[in-house]
Amino acid sequence: MSLATRVSPSSHSVVQALHAAVQALRAQWTKVRTVAGPAWLLAGVVALTVAVGAAADSAARCSSATCGLDPAKVTFTGIYLGQAVAAVAGVLAIGNEYSTGMIKLSLTAVPRRLMLLSAKAAVLAAPVLTASALAVAGSVLAGWLTLPGRGFTPAHGYASLTAGADIRAAAGTVVYLMLIALLSLGVAAAVRDSAAAIGLVLGLLYLSPILASFVSDATLARRLQQIGPLSAGLDVQATIGVKSLPLTPWQGLGVVALWTAGALLLGALALKLRDA
Amino acid sequence: MTTRVTTPYRSQVTAGRESFWHLVHAEWIKFRSVRGWVITMIVAIAAITAFVFLASNVSSSCSGSACPAQPTGPGGEPVTDVFYFAHQPLTGNGTITVQITSLTGQVGVGQGANGQPQMEPGGLQPWSKAGIIIKENTSQGSAYAAMMVTGSNGVRMQWDYVNDIPGLTGSVSASSPRWLRLVRTGDTITGYDSADGTRWTLVGTATLPGLTSTVQGGLFAAAPSNGNATATGVFRHIGLSWPATRWTGTNVGGVENVPVPGSLRQGDGTLTVTGSGDISPLAGDGAVLSLQRALDGTFLGLIAAIVVGAMFMTAEYRRGLIRVSLAASPRRGRLLAAKAVAIGGVSFVTGLIAAALAVPLGARTLARTGVPLWPVPALTEARMVIGTAALLAVAAVLALAIGTILRRSATTVAAVIVVTFIPYLLALVPPIGPGLGHSQGGLSLVGREWLLRITPAAGFSVQQVIPRFSQVTGAIYTPNWGYYPLAPWAGFAVECAWAAAALILANYLLRRRDA
Repeated sequence: MSLATRVSPSSHSVVQALHAAVQALRAQWTKVRTVAGPAWLLAGVVALTVAVGAAADSAARCSSATCGLDPAKVTFTGIYLGQAVAAVAGVLAIGNEYSTGMIKLSLTAVPRRLMLLSAKAAVLAAPVLTASALAVAGSVLAGWLTLPGRGFTPAHGYASLTAGADIRAAAGTVVYLMLIALLSLGVAAAVRDSAAAIGLVLGLLYLSPILASFVSDATLARRLQQIGPLSAGLDVQATIGVKSLPLTPWQGLGVVALWTAGALLLGALALKLRDA
Repeated sequence: MTTRVTTPYRSQVTAGRESFWHLVHAEWIKFRSVRGWVITMIVAIAAITAFVFLASNVSSSCSGSACPAQPTGPGGEPVTDVFYFAHQPLTGNGTITVQITSLTGQVGVGQGANGQPQMEPGGLQPWSKAGIIIKENTSQGSAYAAMMVTGSNGVRMQWDYVNDIPGLTGSVSASSPRWLRLVRTGDTITGYDSADGTRWTLVGTATLPGLTSTVQGGLFAAAPSNGNATATGVFRHIGLSWPATRWTGTNVGGVENVPVPGSLRQGDGTLTVTGSGDISPLAGDGAVLSLQRALDGTFLGLIAAIVVGAMFMTAEYRRGLIRVSLAASPRRGRLLAAKAVAIGGVSFVTGLIAAALAVPLGARTLARTGVPLWPVPALTEARMVIGTAALLAVAAVLALAIGTILRRSATTVAAVIVVTFIPYLLALVPPIGPGLGHSQGGLSLVGREWLLRITPAAGFSVQQVIPRFSQVTGAIYTPNWGYYPLAPWAGFAVECAWAAAALILANYLLRRRDA
C-alpha cells in the first residue's frame, strides 16, 4: 500500500496548498534577503525614527505642570519621518517588480496571484515589525535618558514613563508602522507605479493633518482627524488628554487598519483582475 | 580585376546647431505625451481651486448679521479703536504740547456699591498708553496721529493704526517726565519728544491723506486688556496753539465696548485722563484672516509637481530612455537644464492657473466668514499668484534634481515630500495633548519657527500676506493663521537654495556616472 492511498484526497490537497504557500513565502523571502535595498530601508526606519525622536526630546521643555506636553508624542516624533521610509519599503516590495518587469516571472512561478500578494505582505510585515520594534525601543530609551532632564518630572505630573498608557503608546506605534508599510504595498499593487504610489500614500498620510489644521470649522476638523490615517493612528500615542481625543487610542489604530485592509483589498482585486 | 568603391550613403540634411531651446522643446514633448502626467497636473489645478471652499469654512464667534461691524482703518484694515478721548476742535494748522508726569494702571476687583467695577492700582501693561492725539473725528477707524508714553515700551509715535515709531526709552515718572508735541501742517503731522521741554527730538512724520480741515485734538488714554483694566495719564503744561475751548470727554467706540468708562478730571494745572481699550490693528491667530487660506490647497499641487518632477527623470532611467536622451544631447548638463526648464515651466503654469483661480475665489468666500479679512492690495495678490506658481516650479525642479541623484522614483518622491512637508507638519501640529491650545513648552514657537526658516518648507512664506504688529497685545502668530518667520521672498530664496544645491550635485553626478 502506497502512501498516497492512505492519505485521504482532501488532506492531500491541503498539504499541497500548504507546501505551495511555504514555497511562495520562501521565494519572496529570498528576494528580500538577497538585495541590499530592503535592509537599508529598514535600517533607515530605525535610524531616522530614533534620531528625530532624540532631537525632539532634547528640544522639548516642560516648565510647569500645565505645559500640556505629551511625553509619548515627543518621544515618538520620529515616527513622522520613519513612516515615510516604511512606506517606501512597502511600495518597493511590489513596485520594483513592476518597474523591472520581474512581476511576469513571479506570476509564472506562483500563478495564484493572491498567494503571491499574501506572501509579499508576510515577508514585508515581519521585517518591518522588527525594525519598528527596534525604532520604538530606541526612541523610548532616548526618551528615558533625556525627558526627565527636560522638565518631565513627577513634580510636573509625569509620574512615570512606564505606565500602562506608555506601554500602549509604544506597542501601538510598532503596529502603526507595520500597517503603514502594508497600506503602501496595497496602494502600489493597485497603481503599479512606485512614484505614483508613494505620492498617494504620503499625500494621504501628511496632507490630512495639515489640511485639518487649516479647517477652522471644529466639527469638520475633528472629522478629518478621525478619518486621516496619520492623525487617527497617532492617537494611539496619546498618554495625556486621552478623553478629549477625536477617537480612543485603539479606535485610532483601528482606522489605520481599515485603511490598510481597504488598500490591500484594492491591490488584491487589481492584481487578480488585470493583466500584469 | 577591379574593385569598385562605393561611397556610403550620406544624409543630405545639413547638420544644424544643437539649440538649447530644441532640447527644451523635446523635453516638453516628453511631458506632453505621457497622459498620466498631464492628467496629474490638471487634477492639481482642480484640487487647489476646489480646496478654497473647504479652507474658507471658517466659523466666527458671531454669525451673519448679528456681528457688529468691524471698524476699519484708513487702509481698509480691521482695527480696534476704543479709548478715552478728551478733545477740542482744531481747524487748520496747530500744535499741541504737553508734559506727562505719570502713567499708572488700574485693575477691576469686583463690583462696587453703585454697580461700577471697583478699581485698584496695578496692572500697568506693556502697551498701556496715554498721550496726545490728533484725529479726524471721534468715530471708530478715522485717521489719526498720536504721541504717547507706554507702560514699558517708552515713548512712541503711532498713526493710522499700523505705523509705530519708537522715541525716548524708559518709563515716565514725576522725576523723569516726558514732553510730547504734535504739529499739524495740512495733512502732515509731525511728532516730537523731549525729556526737559526745551531740547526737542523729531520722532516721526505722518501723512494722513485727505485729512479734513477741522479735526479733533487732545489727550487720550487706553489700556488693552480682556479684563477690567484702565490706564491713567497725568498731563501738565498743556499748550495749545489755538484759542482753547472746553474739553469734551468721549469714549471712542462707545461706553458699551469698554469694561470701565473713561474719565477726565481737571485739577490745579493738571488734567488726568483715564481710559481703557486700544488703538491698534487687529492681528494674531483667530483675530484676522489671511487671504493665504485661499491657497491652502497648494499642498495638493505640490504632491503632483513633486511626483511628476521626480518621474520626469527617474522614468528615463527605468525605461533606459536616458541613454537615447544622452546620445541625442551628449552635453549632460544641458540635458539636465532643459529638463529643469521644461518641468519647471509646466509646474509654473499649473500653479499660475490654479492660484489665479483660487485667489479671487478665496477673496470672495473668505470675506463672508464673519472673521475680518486682512485687505490685500492687487500687487500683493499678484505676488501670491506668481509666488505659488514659482513654489510649484521650484519643488518640481528639486524633485527632478533629487531624482537625478537617486535615480529611483519611490525614494525620490518620498525624500522630497518628507523634506517639504514634515517641517511644516511639525511646525503646525505640535506634540501637545488635544484641547490645550498654545503650549508654552514643547517645541517652543521659536523651535517650530526654525523649521520654517531652514528647510524647503520655508518657501511657503512667499504666499504670506498678513503683517505682524509688535504693538498688538496678546497676539499669537503661528503658521496656521498665515504668519511665517521669514519675509516672503527670503523664504522663497531658502527653497531656491535647496533646489540649486540639489541641481549642482545632480549635474556633477550625471556627468560623472555612467547612465
